[in-house]
Amino acid sequence: MGIEVRLFSNLREDKRKKVFFEFEEGINVFRIIRILNVKEEDVEILLINGRYGEIDIELNDGDTISIFPPIGGN
Amino acid sequence: MKRYIKNMNMLSKDENEKLKGFKVCVVGCGGLGGYIIEMLGRLGIGHITAVDGDVFDQTNLNRQILSNDESLGQSKALTAQRRMELVNPLIELIPITERITKENAEAILYGHDLIIDAVDKIDTRFLLQNSASKLEIPIVHGAIAGWYGQVSTIFPGDNTLDKIYPIKDGDGLENEFGNPSFTPALIASIQVSESLKVLLHRGETLRNKLLYIDLLENDYIVMELME
Repeated sequence: MGIEVRLFSNLREDKRKKVFFEFEEGINVFRIIRILNVKEEDVEILLINGRYGEIDIELNDGDTISIFPPIGGN
Repeated sequence: MKRYIKNMNMLSKDENEKLKGFKVCVVGCGGLGGYIIEMLGRLGIGHITAVDGDVFDQTNLNRQILSNDESLGQSKALTAQRRMELVNPLIELIPITERITKENAEAILYGHDLIIDAVDKIDTRFLLQNSASKLEIPIVHGAIAGWYGQVSTIFPGDNTLDKIYPIKDGDGLENEFGNPSFTPALIASIQVSESLKVLLHRGETLRNKLLYIDLLENDYIVMELME
């Protein structure tokens, strides 16, 4: 099934804002970030179809996930 | 009063008058806090508490508006007080030269209308959220890292930081990217604008939302954090 992955700030290593991937049925974000070599501690905010989401929710064909890394300085 | 004439029109006369009665606590007088205090004072927020246990060092000079060659080694909170005496002597600025801790947080924050989160550690941000929630005081959160910044407005019980930082004692990108001169000024401005709206009950705030800015790629994203 097709999932659109949007990575933000320094997670965007190849400079592409949106990347489409084909994953097997029943995949969740936790497994996707492992496949993409994104560390779990680098996931500050996760949006699924633009809404706040949890890392272990099963995704559906056509979903969009957006991943933002943590910012904590002043 | 001529000093505030350019604040007029965007705010009503009543709103302008109200500003001098508000008490705002700015926690952190560094990159964000220095600009925030400056803007609150020029707006005419009557009572500002400036909290910071640190002194200025050379690594602050690239971005912290209260730091300069003369203030090196001096208390950040006391420097904020001296600056406000020059910028707007009508403002009462109370400096607290202690680091905020579990033990002193509620005593420091008590009695304020609003708290502004301008600290540099994620676990300290949670301390502010917990204490502010108990005291029923809203917080305007801001954080930066390199080209990136974020702002959110948190009302008591919202616990928005739990969604923003799944790892409560983690580190942000700032350890990797540092912080330049322009990101704190931008995020501080948005924090002050949010603060004014919360105090005056005007406009739309970033409650249950996070504004995430990437200046390198020009992404300005407001995300909904309600489940």
